[in-house]
Amino acid sequence: MKKKLVIVGNGMAPGRMLEYLFEKDPDVYDITIFNAEPRVNYNRLMLSPVLSGEKSYEDIITHNDDWYTDHGITLHKGARIAEIDRNARAVLSDTGIKAPYDKLVIATGSNPFIIPMPGHDLDGVLVYRDLDDVEHMLAAAKQGGSAVVIGGGLLGLEAAAGLKEQGMDVTVLHLMPTLMERQMDEASGHLLKEAMMERGIDILTNANSKTILERDGKVCGVELDNGTIIEASIVVMAVGIRPSIALAKEAGLACNRGIIVNDQMLTSDPDIYALGECVEHKEQCYGLVAPLYEMAAVLANDLLGQQAAYQGSVTATKLKVTGIDLYSAGDFAQGPDREEIVLRDATAGVYKRLVLKDNRIIGAVLYGETADGPWFFDQLKKGTDISQMRETLIFGQAYQGGAPLDPMEAVAALPDDAEICGCNGICKSTITTSITELGLSSLEEVRAHTKASASCGTCSNLVENLLELTLGDGYNPNATLPICPCSDHDHATIRKEIRRQGLKSIPAVLQALEWKSSTGCAKCRPALNYYLVADWPGDYEDDYQSRFINERVHANIQKDGTYSVVPRMWGGVTNAAELRAIADVVDKFDIPTVKVTGGQRIDLLGIEKQDLPAVWEDLGKVGFVSGQAYAKGLRTVKTCVGSDWCRFGTQDSTGLGIRIEKFCWGSWTPAKLKLAVSGCPRNCAEATCKDIGIICGQGGYDIQFAGAAGLDIHGTQSLGIVKSQDAVMEHVVALIQLYREEGHYLERIYKWAARVGVENIRQRIMDDADLRQQLYERFVYSQRFAQVDPWSERVSGKDKHEFNPMAVLKLEAAE
Amino acid sequence: MRQDDLLWIAIGSLSDIPQRGARCVEHSGKVIAIFRSFEDEIFALEDICTNCDGPISQGIVSDRSVSCPICNWEIDLKNGQALGADVGQVQTYAIQRQEQDILLGLPLARGVA
Repeated sequence: MKKKLVIVGNGMAPGRMLEYLFEKDPDVYDITIFNAEPRVNYNRLMLSPVLSGEKSYEDIITHNDDWYTDHGITLHKGARIAEIDRNARAVLSDTGIKAPYDKLVIATGSNPFIIPMPGHDLDGVLVYRDLDDVEHMLAAAKQGGSAVVIGGGLLGLEAAAGLKEQGMDVTVLHLMPTLMERQMDEASGHLLKEAMMERGIDILTNANSKTILERDGKVCGVELDNGTIIEASIVVMAVGIRPSIALAKEAGLACNRGIIVNDQMLTSDPDIYALGECVEHKEQCYGLVAPLYEMAAVLANDLLGQQAAYQGSVTATKLKVTGIDLYSAGDFAQGPDREEIVLRDATAGVYKRLVLKDNRIIGAVLYGETADGPWFFDQLKKGTDISQMRETLIFGQAYQGGAPLDPMEAVAALPDDAEICGCNGICKSTITTSITELGLSSLEEVRAHTKASASCGTCSNLVENLLELTLGDGYNPNATLPICPCSDHDHATIRKEIRRQGLKSIPAVLQALEWKSSTGCAKCRPALNYYLVADWPGDYEDDYQSRFINERVHANIQKDGTYSVVPRMWGGVTNAAELRAIADVVDKFDIPTVKVTGGQRIDLLGIEKQDLPAVWEDLGKVGFVSGQAYAKGLRTVKTCVGSDWCRFGTQDSTGLGIRIEKFCWGSWTPAKLKLAVSGCPRNCAEATCKDIGIICGQGGYDIQFAGAAGLDIHGTQSLGIVKSQDAVMEHVVALIQLYREEGHYLERIYKWAARVGVENIRQRIMDDADLRQQLYERFVYSQRFAQVDPWSERVSGKDKHEFNPMAVLKLEAAE
Repeated sequence: MRQDDLLWIAIGSLSDIPQRGARCVEHSGKVIAIFRSFEDEIFALEDICTNCDGPISQGIVSDRSVSCPICNWEIDLKNGQALGADVGQVQTYAIQRQEQDILLGLPLARGVA
């Protein structure tokens, strides 16, 4: 029979301990967990992003219900252990559950310390420790008003920033002269204080709170010992934590500030371990996550009878307030045997200080620029002798050993526990281990398996470097990538073969190019459908089942399954009748949100799918057609008011924009296509970050292309200057057609230009009049089939099945 | 579930659903997506993605899977399981075809005497 392991507490430390245990041997123990909180294990470090609204509870779950089931763990949620019976070797919960144990782990964590000042028990006094606290704060923030945070340490400042983000007026009261005085020195504390105040958070240092004031049984403010009164509808106490030892003490285990453990995490009872923030090891208690993980590894080993010893931890701290970079590690008090190196850059707001002892780093404080933090911390932990690099040490890793490191070496030099993906909290070793153990070889695979770089994507380069580092020559980012797992061919080959072999349907392509799946997938079919639409206008019948839902129903699906509708407003110009029709539709269909878009038109959001045809019918009555805001095709032509109204306008930019939009609407392109026309070089229509932009001037029309202002940001490149509006039409249309014929599906114009070369495109469009004419004519021919308003088609009954349920069942009738 | 614990209800004919597509059936507040593959196989799944709660009926249908239009997870139409590196399951329903007619099997609310 398996031995029984009972764990009291379900925080991050026991969660990590179990991961270690299951990695080594999943079958030794029969595991039962008691959790006083009514939920599964979540990442407590991420509470601040939840408070500021950047993440939700679901985003920060580390182990969901399935994980417990899959590992055969009995998890009692909302069950607090009331008693440990050491003689009977059993625990008893306040909900009446009794569980016997062979080995017991106490992981009760810590409790927030509440200053017993008058008023501390009023309604509206909160702490910042778990998700319940965050929910209380969010609920309070909804009412608006002002908040006081007592305590200017790590948690207090994160709470203050979160509450400010939620729209409250926030004041932080800190007893000491310097914020975060345990992690920061005076200079960096000052910079931090200024940065917080710039965000509109009031900071009072040397502030000794005396009383929490009451009105109608609720908090209404805080009074300081100097008589100052600060109004507040909530007060958050964030003055520190105390190991939670009541249960252990009751059971007669040796306790001091925390539960005393030896190097194997054993308490004074050889069958009872303690782990995490409730522990005191060599007179040290820890409140940060890294030491808890180190303890967790030791405990997992000991449970399996393997040698391991916890040596104590040096800790590093990072403040999780968006836009404030702060890193501190080790010990940085001044002393006679210590030296320091300081770097200040007042303009850039940078402050760095290293504390040295015997030529070794023992402390580091970084403010404003923290990229080298993990490297300094690594040198600190290793005890590296820095005498050889002392001159340049403060400038960081890049300046050691002569030339600056290239990015690859910088990544190679990162410690294993360096965080690579900040969104999902993925560290270097997690990524490299997954690459080796799961045999991953592409960025997409790493994203699928580890979630690293799967959120905002800014760390994609780092992940690619790690792939290259781990796989060496086995990683080839430039290998021609197959379109999808259904085929070995890349986009370029497929486009070429469709034309060469005259393939005119999706089944014909799948057959001729030896597809490995019978119908293709959600990745390849939309691409093939586009290539066939673009190459065989008039011959190929658009396959709607191969289009993404937005293009299939001609509206944009939203996260809740409703749709948004954007009517076309030519050149961004509208009138009273159109606006009245929009207002009437909003009233009639109870449309919850009306939003002006970045492309100079109006978005109606939150429409039920079955209402779409009726909405379109009403909009169509005043002449609205689909704005195709959902299409991989022509979206908008943004304009400024030009010479009609503007005293600087040199040409009729509005008229030219409308002319282009009326000529090009309805055309499908590899990816979305956004244009703009500005009437003078002041460029109010922001034409220089568009796919195609035209800037009118006295001397002619400057055609620009290949800009981007989304995931990437690029200014446009010049195509050339032409003399007349007719010439603008000819060149712009030829450029669009060339892109239609050569672009890979989902490849924006700037990526296509980077692939085939800006100069190459410029020569063909500007210098080859014959080619330009042919491209123009092919576009005009293709528009004969494309310029049909999809909304009026559907109002007339096309694709009726898309908008109605197949059946509505009433069981009574059927029985 | 035993077949005789199900109530079989005719919901329409095969031609109501586009090949490589889906239609929805509403039933006491729930939406069930009925999928039709290229080979005319039919599948019934609850219209809620296991990852993001998105309406999977609106996704692109591949051989025997559908990709969620909101989050792009690929769901196996046969058993509702998430495919690839993802883990999760969408509720499936019993469904059968008699000639052109499609019958949906719903669990009986009351026990059968």
